[in-house]
Parts: sequence; C-alpha cells; structure tokens
Amino acid sequence: MSRARGNAPPIHTRFQAWGVNHAQALVFSLGRLYRNPFGAALTLAVIAIALALPSGLWLALKNLQAASGDWDHGAQLSVFVADSVTDPALVQLAGRIQALEAVERAQPLTREDALAEFRALSGFGEALDLLDHNPLPALVLVTPVPAHQGPAEVQALARQLEALEGVTQAQVDMQWVQRLQALLEMTRRGVVLVAILLGLGVLLVVGNTIRLDILNRRREIEVAKLVGATDGFIRRPFLYGGLWLGLFGGLLALFIVGLALVLLNGPVQQLAALYGSDFRLQGPGFSGALGLLGTAVALGLGGSWIAVGRHLREIEPQ
Amino acid sequence: MIQFQNVVKRYPGGQEALSQVSLRMDEGAMAFLTGHSGAGKSTLLKLIALIERPTRGQITVNGQHLNTLPRRKVPYFRRGIGIIFQDHHLLHDRSVFDNVALPLVILGYRRPEIARRVRAALDKVGLLHKEKAQPVTLSSGEQQRVGIARAVVHKPAILLADEPTGNLDPALSREIMELFLQFNQVGVTTLIASHDLELITTLGKPILKLHAGKLVHADPQPEIAP
Ligand SMILES: Nc1ncnc2c1ncn2[C@@H]1O[C@H](COP(=O)(O)OP(=O)(O)OP(=O)(O)O)[C@@H](O)[C@H]1O
Ligand SMILES: [Mg+2]
Repeated sequence: MSRARGNAPPIHTRFQAWGVNHAQALVFSLGRLYRNPFGAALTLAVIAIALALPSGLWLALKNLQAASGDWDHGAQLSVFVADSVTDPALVQLAGRIQALEAVERAQPLTREDALAEFRALSGFGEALDLLDHNPLPALVLVTPVPAHQGPAEVQALARQLEALEGVTQAQVDMQWVQRLQALLEMTRRGVVLVAILLGLGVLLVVGNTIRLDILNRRREIEVAKLVGATDGFIRRPFLYGGLWLGLFGGLLALFIVGLALVLLNGPVQQLAALYGSDFRLQGPGFSGALGLLGTAVALGLGGSWIAVGRHLREIEPQ
Repeated sequence: MIQFQNVVKRYPGGQEALSQVSLRMDEGAMAFLTGHSGAGKSTLLKLIALIERPTRGQITVNGQHLNTLPRRKVPYFRRGIGIIFQDHHLLHDRSVFDNVALPLVILGYRRPEIARRVRAALDKVGLLHKEKAQPVTLSSGEQQRVGIARAVVHKPAILLADEPTGNLDPALSREIMELFLQFNQVGVTTLIASHDLELITTLGKPILKLHAGKLVHADPQPEIAP
C-alpha cells in the first residue's frame, strides 16, 4: 500500500505538471491539425463559411441601417399654405414657425418660387405653360431640430403646425423611411435565425470531427485508461482540438468578411457618390471581430464537449 | 495485497467464466496462473485491474474494496498496477520512449524526471538503445519488453501479466520470466498467467491452476506469501 502512494510525484510538482499538461495538450492538439492539413482545411473551410455568412449578413444590415439613418436625418415637413395668404404674410408665418423650439429651419416658398422650382426640377415646364394659372400652393419647408427627428416627434410637430392659422396641411415625407425600418427589422430577425441555424451547424461539424478523432484514437484512449489516465486527462486534447477548430474557423471567417468588404467598398462608394453621399462600408470593428472569434471558440469548445461527453465513456479497455 | 472471496464472474449471455474463486496473495508475493484455454485466466487478471467487475463476491486489491470503488476513482486505483498483455498494446504513432513515458506523463512527472525513469526502465529490459525507435520496427520479443518497461516505469505495487511469453522462443521466454522474478525481488506483488508449464515449474514460485472457472487447489483458499 505504501508503494502505491509512493509512485506519485510530490504535490507541488504535480501542480506545476498540471499546467504543463494543459500546455502540452494545447500544443499537441494543434500539432494534430497540422499533421492532417487536408482534413483540417476542409473542416475549417466549412466552419469559416458557416460563420462568415451570418456575419456578412449582419454587417450588411448594420450598413443599411447606418445608411438609412442618414436619410432619417433629412426628415422634412412641407407646410402648405392657403391661397389667401399673401407673400408678406407667408414670410411672417415662416418666421413664427422658425421661432418654434422643435424647428431648426423654416424656409418660405411663395407660389412663384414653388413654380420656378417645379419647372427647374421636374422637366414638365412646357406642360405648366398650358395652364392659365399657377396650380401650386405656397408652402414653408420645415426642418426639425435633430432631437425632433424621430417619427413620433415629427408627427407631433406636423399636428402643431397644422393648427396654425393659414396652414392647410403639413405633410411629412417619412412613410418610406418607416417602411424601410420595418423591412430592416424583419431582415434582422431573419439574420438572427440564419445565424442560429448556422451556429448549430458549426457545433455539429466540430462535434462530428472530434467524434471521428476519438474513434480513430480508440486504442490510445484504451491504453491511457489502462495506465490510470483520468477522464479529464483524456478529454483535454480533444477539447483543445475543438477550441483550435473554432478559433481558426473564426479567423478564416473574419478574413472572408474582410475580403468581401474590400471588394464591395469601391462599388458602394461609387454608388453613394451618385447620390451625393460620402457613405462608406463599415467593418465589424474591434468588438465585432472579438465577438465573432469568441462565438467561434465557444461553438468549437461546445461541439467537442458534446462529442467527448458522448463517446469517451464508451471506450474502456478490453 | 490481492484477495478474492467467492468471486463469480458471468459475462452477459455466457456461462460462468469464474465460479466461487477465493485466494489471497500477500504483499511482495509472486504466483503463476495456469489452465486450459478459456479456463478464466484473463478474466481473473481483468477483475484485479478493474477492467471487468465481478458478478458476485468480494475483491480487495491494494487495500481497496473493488466492489464499492466508484468509477471516478478507478484511474487512481489503476496507477498502483502495472499490466502486461500478450499483444503488448503499444501505440504505433509514437516512439518507444514516448510509449514508456505515458504512465509518468499521466502521473504528472516533469520532463527530466520522466526521461530519467524511462531510461532506467528501458535499461532494465535491455532496450536503452532503442528509445527513439518506432514500435513497429521492433521484433515481437522487443515489443513485449517495451510493454514490460511501460508497466513498471511508475513503480507499481502490483504487476499483472497475461501470457507475456505467448509467442516467444524458449530462451527469450525464460529471459522475460527472469525479469519478472527481479521485479518481484524488489517487492512488487506479481501475478502471471501462462500456460508454459514447462518453464514456470522451474522457477520455484507457487502455481495456481484454473479449470473451467474453478481453482484447482488442495486448499480451498490458497494463501500465497512472499
Ligand atoms: N468479453 C467476454 N464476453 C463474453 N464471454 C467472455 C468474454 N471474455 C471471456 N469470455 C468467456 O469467459 C471464459 C474465460 O475466458 P478467459 O479469456 O478468461 O480465458 P483464458 O483462460 O484467458 O483463455 P486463453 O488461455 O485462451 O487466453 C471463456 O469461456 C470465454 O469465452
Ligand atoms: Mg487469456
């Protein structure tokens, strides 16, 4: 009995060795990936694509939201004025509107101004010549202050303006922005769903890879158990194997996303320039990249944990 | 050190591989286990190493009651035992050195200590010059000796061998048996299954005979002292 206790190294050595053991398992599992480059590359590619797809969609969405945010900013109200209001009264009205707290700018447009603008922008000038009177009402173009750009605030402002004397209608041109927002929200949920499904896919791919690895090394596991290896000792290299798959898959996914950004940024900027915008694509940023890598590592560890939990117990020395 | 009390082992769907086996081996004792093929020799050794669990009866090994030993304690229990198989169970993806080092790595020894002990064990079985070789490049006698080095490298209290000389020539078989005698001399409790009666009767150690799962012995519970 004394001999059995005598075969263990002293406690501080064992504690140090525990750390060394983890490090060894880490390097060892990495070495195994390296020694099977083709299989590893295939698995990593599948993981990377499954991670890059939802990440790319999420980024696209983020960029769309950013772009539509720009338009949101440009919310304007057209305050139409009754024909009975004279031009000086119109200017006065604009002054009163300008004085409102929620208003940044109020620009009066007389009926003549409106007609001139319509002629210049619409290209239907000749058609107007056929009419014997100016059909356009005078109006005040109102830009709310940034704090009042939200849909609810702009609607409230419109009602407030409509209550003013001489105003026939205050029209908010925001409906399409709201529609776009609803569309984006729907897309966002779709992306979340796709991300969950593909994340599950990564979990299964890693799990299956580790499962095959375990079955391939059945003999080694048996021998290790026979000479007294604990479940933890045997589990470790497989868990780290999953961790590496997740980490490298995540890095590869980041690379794919980065590449897509570089390829798309040029055309997107050209398109934006056509609309007079200096919009440029946003990348995932540091926290986004970290989040992707963290998710990838967690999925890798999770997948291998499932495989290890299911299969290591079954393997016992014969 | 090893005690069996009315041990019965029945494999699922089979008849009894061991029936009512009782025996006792004291610390430092050595014995051979013999009997016809299918007599239950391997089964008896597997029960000691907790590779199989008994159907009935009590087994005590190294102060542990195996019947009540929980699964998570099995690895620590096995560290006190060295096991040698006929088909030596070497791992072919690593060198002789790494094969022998495995129990020490599991025990958490550090590299220099591992190297020292592995070389000592390989020296003992006369294979120090083969430490960098791959197991497949060795003869079966050499492979068997690597298996022995791995079984003793962590200085277990008990050594079990299942037909360690099964397919070796007589001279080599004797050499290996003499190795076991040497380990026993330094206090290792040793139990060896073998049907090479001609060899083992010359070694001056008690012989336990199994027949169809029963111990054939004058004494109903043989006691083997060093
Ligand atoms: N895993 C198993 N499942 C079912 N029956 C088994 C199993 N292992 C052994 N047996 C049966 O138990 C009996 C004893 O087997 P055991 O391997 O202990 O014999 P042995 O004495 O070692 O024989 P040999 O000299 O051929 O190695 C045999 O009848 C065998 O068929
Ligand atoms: Mg046998």
